[in-house]
Amino acid sequence: MKDIDSAKITEEIARLCMEANFELEGDVLRALEEAAEREESATGKEVLDQILDNSEIARTERMPICQDTGLAIIFVEMGQEVHVVGGDFEEAVNEGVKKGYTEGYLRKSVLSDPVRGGNTGDNTPAIIHLRIVPGEMLKIWVVPKGGGSENMSRIAMMKPADGIDGIKKFVVENVRAASGNPCPPIIVGVGIGGSFERCAQISKRALLREVGSEHPDPFYADLERELLESINNTGVGPMGLGGRCTALAVHVETAPRHIASFPVAMNINCHAARHKYVEL
Amino acid sequence: MAEYSIETPMSKEDALKLKAGDKVMLTGRIYTARDAAHKRLVDLLEEGGDLPIPLEGQIIYYVGPAPTPPGKAIGSAGPTTSYRMDPYTPALIEKGLRGMIGKGERSEAVVEAMVKHKAVYFAATGGAAALISKSIVSAEVIAYDDLGAEAVRKLEVKGFPVIVAQDCHGGNIYKEGQAKYAR
Repeated sequence: MKDIDSAKITEEIARLCMEANFELEGDVLRALEEAAEREESATGKEVLDQILDNSEIARTERMPICQDTGLAIIFVEMGQEVHVVGGDFEEAVNEGVKKGYTEGYLRKSVLSDPVRGGNTGDNTPAIIHLRIVPGEMLKIWVVPKGGGSENMSRIAMMKPADGIDGIKKFVVENVRAASGNPCPPIIVGVGIGGSFERCAQISKRALLREVGSEHPDPFYADLERELLESINNTGVGPMGLGGRCTALAVHVETAPRHIASFPVAMNINCHAARHKYVEL
Repeated sequence: MAEYSIETPMSKEDALKLKAGDKVMLTGRIYTARDAAHKRLVDLLEEGGDLPIPLEGQIIYYVGPAPTPPGKAIGSAGPTTSYRMDPYTPALIEKGLRGMIGKGERSEAVVEAMVKHKAVYFAATGGAAALISKSIVSAEVIAYDDLGAEAVRKLEVKGFPVIVAQDCHGGNIYKEGQAKYAR
């Protein structure tokens, strides 16, 4: 049994909320730098240079990369030997979000009632995805997710007969239709299989993979490569203004499915692909 | 692709010379508003009431900035997606709004109003919010304080970098640019 103090969880979540909003991970930065070199459109290059300048300003001055500091989405893998003491786990997470969004001068973008509004004032509640796993580690990913890219994400309950071609058509057409709205260059998480809600969840989890990595199964690695090429051939480009760099990466994640269903989800991340990780 | 420096308020002559793809550095006063504020403004127009902001020759920036850290004029302040303001925009353009700054393509109805009344749509880089905040010299909430980040603000900007995304001649960099780089 390993005791972990709920106060420690609050402290770490607060820190990660801020860090994720101020500093891009190395793999995302590298991908943006490569895109700036590769981009053929002068306007596209200009946009990418601004994005890179922005990331430096945000990092050094501890200002948010984007004013949309997002919903706080928290993925947790809790080892079954972990024993949270001192307070309620979910409360500790939400206290951390409140603390991080207040101390970091981050934007409070959460409305308590989806139809009637009412800003909660502290960017809570967080959206928590929790798995209990073997072991005694508490693993936390904090993923601030903005509205623009989220709004262009889609899910379809396809027919098994639609197959790989159906997936490709769905993803590429939606990227084209989304145009500049999700702030390309984007990262696309593609979920295939599972149930309706599991499919959407894994499409978001796919966004956490290192940019530049490929799916361990060559079959799906090929699909990732083909999707990336097709997406970049749409010509949507940085901010939809036209160019060769529409997506930095496509990550596929799969799950077993019902014999009669074929759910496919695409969760789009903008170029501010923000996530930070800690192990306790 | 030309480069211009433009000072607000913007004249019809300024609007007419701009073409999709041109780079512009904006200086002067601009106003901010998002969906909720736009609804209030358009409702007021319909009721015949007075707006809290002038429209003739003015530019509205679609932004909900992050809170202002100590010692700064404004927090990170990049554009929000413009299509959400499409339903409200033609009414404002009819009453003299000359420019809009946001991100993403505008609807046909908006373009129709832009062409008819000589208004221009500028794109700022989404997610370059800290960089953009450097060109904002001062910021003040002037209406709809209850909307928090979505309140109407008066901004003084200097050298705010934007691109003409859709001009008053029907030019559209989204369509033109994407067609050019598609394979």
